[in-house]
Amino acid sequence: MTAADLAFYVLSAIAVVSGWRVFRTDSMVRASFLLMLSFIAVAAIMLMLAAPYIGMATVFMMAVEMMVMALFMVMFMMNPAGLNPMNMVHQNRLSIGAGATAFVGLTVAVLFTDLPHEKVARQAPVIRDLGHELLGPSMLIFESAGVTLLAAMVASVVLSARSGRFGPSDEGSRPPGLEPGGEPAGRIPESEQEDE
Amino acid sequence: MTLTAVLIVAAALIGTGLYGALSQQSFVMLMMGLELILNGVLLAVIAFWSLGVGGPPRGQVLAIVVMAVMAVEMAVGFALVTAVFRRRQVDTTEKLGTLKE
Repeated sequence: MTAADLAFYVLSAIAVVSGWRVFRTDSMVRASFLLMLSFIAVAAIMLMLAAPYIGMATVFMMAVEMMVMALFMVMFMMNPAGLNPMNMVHQNRLSIGAGATAFVGLTVAVLFTDLPHEKVARQAPVIRDLGHELLGPSMLIFESAGVTLLAAMVASVVLSARSGRFGPSDEGSRPPGLEPGGEPAGRIPESEQEDE
Repeated sequence: MTLTAVLIVAAALIGTGLYGALSQQSFVMLMMGLELILNGVLLAVIAFWSLGVGGPPRGQVLAIVVMAVMAVEMAVGFALVTAVFRRRQVDTTEKLGTLKE
């Protein structure tokens, strides 16, 4: 076994075990840091797989993302510090079964498929190739991803803003009627339904 | 480090993520499960790119698309959690019954 193999096995173990511990720890903040550890282990494997750009980008993205996640945890969840035991699960057996089935099914598929085995050349300028590809033939894909991210930003602002399009969103805003002075269009807010 | 080994690790990550996404009650933990699934997908894409098909540049573009999907999922997911919490004071899946029927 070479050193690279050993490193791969250690990193894989870290990635999978910390990914599993995410759902077993009592502390929400710890859960998000464990997920970050899992992502960083995967990023290190990607560095070993001759993908330095994607690996480093994953590390940076996940570091920021998990900080945001930890913040949301503290905002939304009770028990962020994990002082009390906590296990909030439903349909546990079904989920374990589904997860195990997915793992076994995918593993069987991997083992019984005739996979191609052409390795990337050791000295291949992969980052330069990626740059030429992104700003050349695949520019439309790259730009689409960018526009999708912009749309996601707009969507998240619209969704999380308190004011809706037709008044305060959390009070159940109603659009104006289809005719002047007519019945307001759209869904009747829950608060008004209960009054009837 | 063979392609088979890396793909099995990716399968383990996807299985763990699926378990998390199906079993967790809290929205935020549920999204962690989805992230873990995408983590496995990303690893599988890079493994195929690096060990399977000899490193064509387009393989990395696919990985970048997967990362964009991750970012969009996080942003829109958290915005939805915020909107639902503001409207109904709910942070677990059990307490949301309006769309059940």
